[in-house]
Amino acid sequence: MNNDIVLQMRHISKSFPGVIALDNVDFQLRKGEVHILLGENGAGKSTLVKILSGAYQKTSGDIFFHSTKTEINDPKHAQNLGIGIIYQELNLVSQLSAGENIFLGREPANNLGVIDYKKLFGEAQKLIDDLKVDIDARRLVKDLGVAQQQMVEVAKALSLNAQILIMDEPTSALTDQEIKELFASIRRLKDKGVSIIYISHRLEELFEIGDRVTVLRDGKYVGTHDIQDVTKSDLISMMVNRELKEQFPKQTFKIGDEILRLEGVSNQHLHEINFSLHRGEILGIAGLLGSGRTELARAIFGYDNIRNGNIFINGKNEIITSPKKAIKLGIGYLTEDRKSQGLVLNLSVRENICLPNLDNWSKLGVVSSKKENEATQKYISELHIKTPGMHQKTILLSGGNQQKVVMSKWLCSHADILIFDEPTRGIDVGSKVEIYQLMNKLIAEGAAIIMISSELPELLGMSDRILVMHQGKISGDFPIEEANQEKILHCALGV
Amino acid sequence: MDQKEFFLHHGRQFGTLLGLLILCIVLWILSPYFLTVSNLLNIAQQTSINAIIAVGMTFVIITAGIDLSVGSILAFSGVVLASILRIGLPLPLAIFAGLGVGMVCGLLNGLLITYGKLPPFISTLGMMSVARGAALLYSSGRPISGFSGSLRFLATGEILYIPTPVVIMIVVYLIAHFILTRTKFGRYTYAIGGNEEASVLSGVNVKLNKAMVYGICGMLSGLAAVILTARLNSAQPIAGIMYELDAIAATVIGGTSLMGGEGTIFGTLIGAFIMGVLRNGLNLLGVSSFIQQIVIGSVIIIAVLVDMALKRQKQ
Ligand SMILES: Nc1ncnc2c1ncn2[C@@H]1O[C@H](COP(=O)(O)OP(=O)(O)OP(=O)(O)O)[C@@H](O)[C@H]1O
Ligand SMILES: [Mg+2]
Repeated sequence: MNNDIVLQMRHISKSFPGVIALDNVDFQLRKGEVHILLGENGAGKSTLVKILSGAYQKTSGDIFFHSTKTEINDPKHAQNLGIGIIYQELNLVSQLSAGENIFLGREPANNLGVIDYKKLFGEAQKLIDDLKVDIDARRLVKDLGVAQQQMVEVAKALSLNAQILIMDEPTSALTDQEIKELFASIRRLKDKGVSIIYISHRLEELFEIGDRVTVLRDGKYVGTHDIQDVTKSDLISMMVNRELKEQFPKQTFKIGDEILRLEGVSNQHLHEINFSLHRGEILGIAGLLGSGRTELARAIFGYDNIRNGNIFINGKNEIITSPKKAIKLGIGYLTEDRKSQGLVLNLSVRENICLPNLDNWSKLGVVSSKKENEATQKYISELHIKTPGMHQKTILLSGGNQQKVVMSKWLCSHADILIFDEPTRGIDVGSKVEIYQLMNKLIAEGAAIIMISSELPELLGMSDRILVMHQGKISGDFPIEEANQEKILHCALGV
Repeated sequence: MDQKEFFLHHGRQFGTLLGLLILCIVLWILSPYFLTVSNLLNIAQQTSINAIIAVGMTFVIITAGIDLSVGSILAFSGVVLASILRIGLPLPLAIFAGLGVGMVCGLLNGLLITYGKLPPFISTLGMMSVARGAALLYSSGRPISGFSGSLRFLATGEILYIPTPVVIMIVVYLIAHFILTRTKFGRYTYAIGGNEEASVLSGVNVKLNKAMVYGICGMLSGLAAVILTARLNSAQPIAGIMYELDAIAATVIGGTSLMGGEGTIFGTLIGAFIMGVLRNGLNLLGVSSFIQQIVIGSVIIIAVLVDMALKRQKQ
């Protein structure tokens, strides 16, 4: 590897009202390396890279770009310096096609400004194909799944010919296969001399793709190491400053009565779904993207219509026509996409947590702020939500802390059928364990959990039973003792 | 909420309030008559109608909607109210009918928007024309007047030395503030404007809530019609033209975001007063009505520009 230093950040500080996000942080990037940025939720990782991309202005400190001191004024400036970024929260125009998004603002056009769509889609398709993913450049972004959108972002960043490419949790929404493709692309970029700043909470993958790692804690610089010089537990103790006992604190409880049963449930995405769920059980659902996992959750929650089949709750046949009805029946649904479906971003932490629960906490339509405050305070401390206060707008929280807010919404709803779609997406290792422990507590109290996840270790670590979906059908059903990675993958691929 | 947080969240309102104060001081320097009790009461009275309509507009805009039909609904409510009074039916019944007409028109907007899935701009644009036509048709295009004096109290009467329209306005604001900040319905209003899909998925009955928001907006137009009719002692089918723009302006100057999900009821009150004070001041100074229009339009634009600049700075 080449040791040329392309970028140096020295004594960088950044404060927001009520928050010091970065405090005297140093960072250095070599040519052609993959440099991991690691830290707990709210440690300041996204803030650091947003300073690089021109989205935020640093409060103090210096940035050297190829040893020249540089002030990065705005995103356009960063782009011209050759810095490309894929933000943690996707930033695509959903009404436009994948190709149009990739070339947004740089559309190939003739002298009159008429866009050459043939060229645009042709080049976009080439970029997408280079990533070895199956997306039609002409499809509208709103019709793509989260992972596909993620890949469009990658293609967009690559099309900018960036010399420094920043990826803020690019794999949090990807399946194993897609991660492999992404890593292959990253390696190709490395060979071309592109430097990559890579943020992720999936510790395993860091060893696969990273060269060096810099750890932040509470906005402070902890240290930088070559990845081969550290172990996973070294990293964890650098991040959280304490030992972490178990990654998956699975507890088994007596399986109780049947709480939910689906019989032959079908709609345009689902075919003949049959299964039952019992109190005290965590039912894992695996499957590739587009296999119908999320659609299944939406159907149970009354958000999508059901064409055929029946849903029984506590043995009673129920027709669930709306999420409101589902919530009344004791169902909670943590959506996979926190930004578009989970949060009202310009409302506060408290208002978001309380939104599904106001019926319980109000009399004659007047909300009891005492109850709201109590519940909010409880979950802020139980899940360690890092926020200057419960009235902070959720848009100002870090990604992982936003996820914890969405989680809290449903934890305090007293639902006893909880559907968690990618519950730990973007959540740091320490907090994951806390969430798993909360899941244990919920099932101990007699609730039942359906956990949809693309992280197989998490499914294998926490479920009592695993269903695998493929093309809208259930293609595998394993008690946890019989489940393993290989079997699940087989069923997920439908072979 | 501690003090710092309080300022963090209400800073925007202090900014507008400061703007209003500066405006008042400037006018006071330019015209000594400005700061007399009678002039201030006069301003409050004249502002009350726009201020009341703007409350409904604030609800609507917080849901990321818009209501262009408030002025026409006001006219329609007014002529219905006046016609009932003229045939000698009791005042409460007439008021009830006036508010009812407004509410029904508003709910119709709401239903078209939610169940009919029409964009608010279109459905209220249609209603703007329909209600205006209905008012003209109902009154045969002529003002309705000549009813007993009982209604006059609502315009010229005083409660504890405060003119009745101002009292009504204050009551409406207190209730609206309570609804927006303390009730489920208020919370849902913000949530729907902030993220409709997330609201549905949190169990909010978005359609019902939205329809009610438009219903309230219509009803408040009806209330404004009551006051206006009382003040003029007659109802004009061509009343309330361009009122929607004044209400939108008050709301937006008051810090409510047209993107939805953000806004406060007291911000709107300040916004309405900025508009009212400005009109009054320009009249006192003898500025021609042509120039007035230019000044008022510019103030709206500047207010929103400053607001957006401040918001960006906060980042
Ligand atoms: N625009 C903002 N206004 C106020 N506070 C902010 C803003 N952006 C970030 N913060 C705060 O700064 C801190 C660091 O946030 P940042 O997003 O950098 O964390 P992160 O390390 O990326 O965490 P995660 O792993 O959860 O994504 C957090 O406490 C966050 O709440
Ligand atoms: Mg982040």
